[in-house]
Amino acid sequence: MALPNGIGASVRRVEDNRFITGRGTYTDDINRPGQTYGWFVRSPHAAAKIKSINAKKALAMPGVIAVLTGADMVEDKIGGLPCGWLVKSKDGTPMKEPGHPPLAVDRVRHVGDQVAFVIAATREGARDAADAVEVNYEPLKAAVDATAALKPGAPLVHDDVPGNLCYDWEWGDKAKTDEAFKNAAHVTKLKVVNNRLVPNAIEPRAAIGEYDRASDRYTLYTTTQNPHVIRLLMGAFVLHVPESKLRVVAPDVGGGFGSKIFHYAEEAVVTWAAKKTGQTIKWTCDRSESFLTDAHGRDHATEAELAMDKNGKFLGLRVHTVASMGAYLSTFASSVPTYLYATLLAGQYSTPAIYANVKAVFTNTVPVDAYRGAGRPEACYILERIVENAAREMKLDKTEIRRRNLIPAAAMPYMTPVALQYDSGNFAHNLDVGLKAADYAGFGKRKEASAKQGKLRGIGLSTYIEACGIAPSAVAGALGARAGLYEAAEVRFHPTGTVTVFTGSHSHGQGHETSFAQVVSTKLGVPFENIEIVHGDTDRIPFGMGTYGSRSIAVGGVAIVEACEKIIKKGRKIAAHVLQTTADKVDFEDGVYKDKASNKTMTIAEVAFTAYVPHNFPHDTLEPGLDEQAFYDPKNFTYPNGCYVCEVEIAQDTGEVSIASFYAVDDFGKIINPMIVEGQVHGGLGQGIGQALLENCVYDQQSGQLISGSYMDYAMPRADNLPSFNVSTTEVPCTHNVLGVKGCGEAGAIGAPAAVMNAVVDALAPLGITHLEMPATSQNVWSALQSANKKAAD
Amino acid sequence: MREFSYHRPKSVADAAKAFGSKPEARYLAGGHSLLPAMKQRLNAPSDLIDLSGIKDLKGIKVSGGDVVIGAGTTHAEVAHSAEIKKEIPALCVLADGIGDPQVRNRGTIGGSLANNDPASDYPAAVLGLGATVVTDKREIAADKFFKGLFETALEEGEIITAVRFPIPEKAGYAKFAQPASRFCIVGVMAAKTKSGVRVAVTGAGPGVFRASDIEKALSSSFSASAQLPAASAKGLNSDIHAGADYRAHLIGVMAKRAVASAG
Repeated sequence: MALPNGIGASVRRVEDNRFITGRGTYTDDINRPGQTYGWFVRSPHAAAKIKSINAKKALAMPGVIAVLTGADMVEDKIGGLPCGWLVKSKDGTPMKEPGHPPLAVDRVRHVGDQVAFVIAATREGARDAADAVEVNYEPLKAAVDATAALKPGAPLVHDDVPGNLCYDWEWGDKAKTDEAFKNAAHVTKLKVVNNRLVPNAIEPRAAIGEYDRASDRYTLYTTTQNPHVIRLLMGAFVLHVPESKLRVVAPDVGGGFGSKIFHYAEEAVVTWAAKKTGQTIKWTCDRSESFLTDAHGRDHATEAELAMDKNGKFLGLRVHTVASMGAYLSTFASSVPTYLYATLLAGQYSTPAIYANVKAVFTNTVPVDAYRGAGRPEACYILERIVENAAREMKLDKTEIRRRNLIPAAAMPYMTPVALQYDSGNFAHNLDVGLKAADYAGFGKRKEASAKQGKLRGIGLSTYIEACGIAPSAVAGALGARAGLYEAAEVRFHPTGTVTVFTGSHSHGQGHETSFAQVVSTKLGVPFENIEIVHGDTDRIPFGMGTYGSRSIAVGGVAIVEACEKIIKKGRKIAAHVLQTTADKVDFEDGVYKDKASNKTMTIAEVAFTAYVPHNFPHDTLEPGLDEQAFYDPKNFTYPNGCYVCEVEIAQDTGEVSIASFYAVDDFGKIINPMIVEGQVHGGLGQGIGQALLENCVYDQQSGQLISGSYMDYAMPRADNLPSFNVSTTEVPCTHNVLGVKGCGEAGAIGAPAAVMNAVVDALAPLGITHLEMPATSQNVWSALQSANKKAAD
Repeated sequence: MREFSYHRPKSVADAAKAFGSKPEARYLAGGHSLLPAMKQRLNAPSDLIDLSGIKDLKGIKVSGGDVVIGAGTTHAEVAHSAEIKKEIPALCVLADGIGDPQVRNRGTIGGSLANNDPASDYPAAVLGLGATVVTDKREIAADKFFKGLFETALEEGEIITAVRFPIPEKAGYAKFAQPASRFCIVGVMAAKTKSGVRVAVTGAGPGVFRASDIEKALSSSFSASAQLPAASAKGLNSDIHAGADYRAHLIGVMAKRAVASAG
């Protein structure tokens, strides 16, 4: 009989016991013997030359151990922070990769750039001393906005990067797309900005560097989503320390949303400084520092054009995007506005010709990198916004224009013109389910009711698709990835029937300790509570590429299944030996091996015991023990997809937008834990709605100072900003992994912004408003209403 | 946060004495403005004199046509006070809309007024209702108390002990909150008092002010249907959340809502 807490059950999250009772162990909760504290001196300027650094006063302060600078790192031949993805410009030249020193050497390039590292006996002492470090800056003009930074004469962020241009990249078939536009009956054009966001994980970053002279080994405790990646990048490129001498531990981590994928300067500095000073050093970021140093997200400016025939059938899509990279190339920055973006521009549509040109630009701002969705929200936003504007221009219903262009389920697998092959999905079905749930037909009545209360009401759709389960290594490698993107797992059966699973996927809010155990429980027939999931330590886990791109279940989960299959296979041989038959005659189901001929059985726990107490064991052909590893490299991306329907009301007197309803229909393939999936969707929708209505990272365009640098000015979505979500799923299994899973982590953040903004524009369209930039704050909506009213009056 | 000495006197007199004897002392009420500023090192007092141990500063009394609120009374206590709700429900509405539950459970009316943040709620209540600020030295009429951006008539070391609100015939408060901080982009207290209509605006300018044109318009008819003159954007605040023209517009909208909700 199948066990109760396996695949498909809404098992309560086992990790929540420690999280909600305050018993989690986050990096800052770890205290090492003799630990000291570090504080970074950071640049107050967006761009400046460092003329001199005088640490004399700081060094004389009580408890101060050292003040380290970029010059010290140069002397120790410490490398720069590497970028993990090589993108080539359309002329074939490699992207510009200017140096990214962990501590600035002679220039600072954004407010918050790290200039010196102060180590002291107490955290406040280190901070006091950091305030006393005298840095003589010669301020320079800053390039802040990416589009402006491309203009001739703009200040240069890096002297060796002309025009601030990192790369000028293209994707798709330009000639074919141009031809499509020539034959178009109508072209819809749209300029959109994808607003820059600050990730705001609830736990600010932290790191502890430790060095053991006896073993010549380093340990770094850090808030990362992928400890092995940090070990690889920091060991090989920055500190030149062999992996065997470097342990990276990512304990409980309080959220990442992408911002904790990257190898940050602070990690390298504390690890290097630990050996240099002989101290164990803890650094914990405060929230203000997070705003100034965690890699930001989005920040695209795009001009898009959609060519159609007279029936609204899409003929071609042309997109020109300027993407800000910030001051330096963060770990995966280059891949976000390219391979994670332009490859998704087909969306759910059968557009035959697509061309994208992307210019990546250095600016004197915090580096920009992957943030929940990473490139895919930007693609979805453009496509879904322009499709609704096209519908309006073509006088077609927004659902009808989609129906005329959706890729039919029968066309799967479907090759898009932007290199991805969708394996599965029933887009029209999702649309039907979404429209029915949202009572699309009844919208007119609701709009009238709102109008009676003086409110404008709008309805908006978004049909999204994303490429997740990142990624087939061979494909990624061919596109410039400098790493493989498989995942590793080890399943260790213990002698008395319990199981420990070591996974390279890291959990920082996703609930892996629960859903992975459910998978193992179903596969091995072991009770859920007998399974322990271990992650986040390079000394314990065989290997791992980490958690991002909604890849954990689709890649990490499948790796665990593959290791389980090896266990089952070996167990079958052991059972055959004990049951005195041959392996091919032994069935395995729900944790029980059965000899088909004799009906004699043996549980997997008994097999495990035999494996470790091998008194009656096939020693000639098998090794004792029951402990297997697997590396799984996916055959394709997975393609979660769905349909979101949002209704908003706009108060005409204040411009305030409120969400009246939000319906999400998602196809995540097979679902392991419906409750966890629902939670992931809620979180993603919250962030997507946050981007659409509230969140905005604002820099002063002259000085490069971050204006929205705290929660006093950066508006995070709160419960009262959000509606009660109506979510449902349609399970079309992924065809190329054994679990049939697609992943669910990013969907909400990808699909929601377009649905919300389409609803906002729908509400305003009767006044002649065709576009509004995110976030649709009250001020922005009110201004648009004012202009529209003025226009009408004129 | 830099090092400081902490004091928790039991009486107003002891608090004032402690304040006078220290070089850079600050009073600590709820601490929800001061402590974040100290954590960011924008403020580094030598001594913190915590007023929360002084019993005389706490409590709500209704007598002789006044509601008297002790300076150490928290926003949550005001928001949930049955006595206040009966006499000046607008004050409960205002207190219940300050910050979030954590702020309301720590923040106090005295602390808020002494700080006089230009976007805080209470200044609109005090000015709009024509209250009197009672200190350990004197009584200050609302019209004389607020002196612009973070400035008040309080002298160095002077402690607010209570605020006395005359019970109006009717009063209403409406606020348009800044989406990030939930402070006021515009907050309007509109009151019909024995001495006439008073309308106080917070959040819009460098400090709370009375909107005399709107007061005039409401004097003839204190109703939501009254035609209110458009507020001027001149001198109003402008930031990433709201421009001066938007704030000026919101003054009218919030004034109408305040009057409509007045009870």
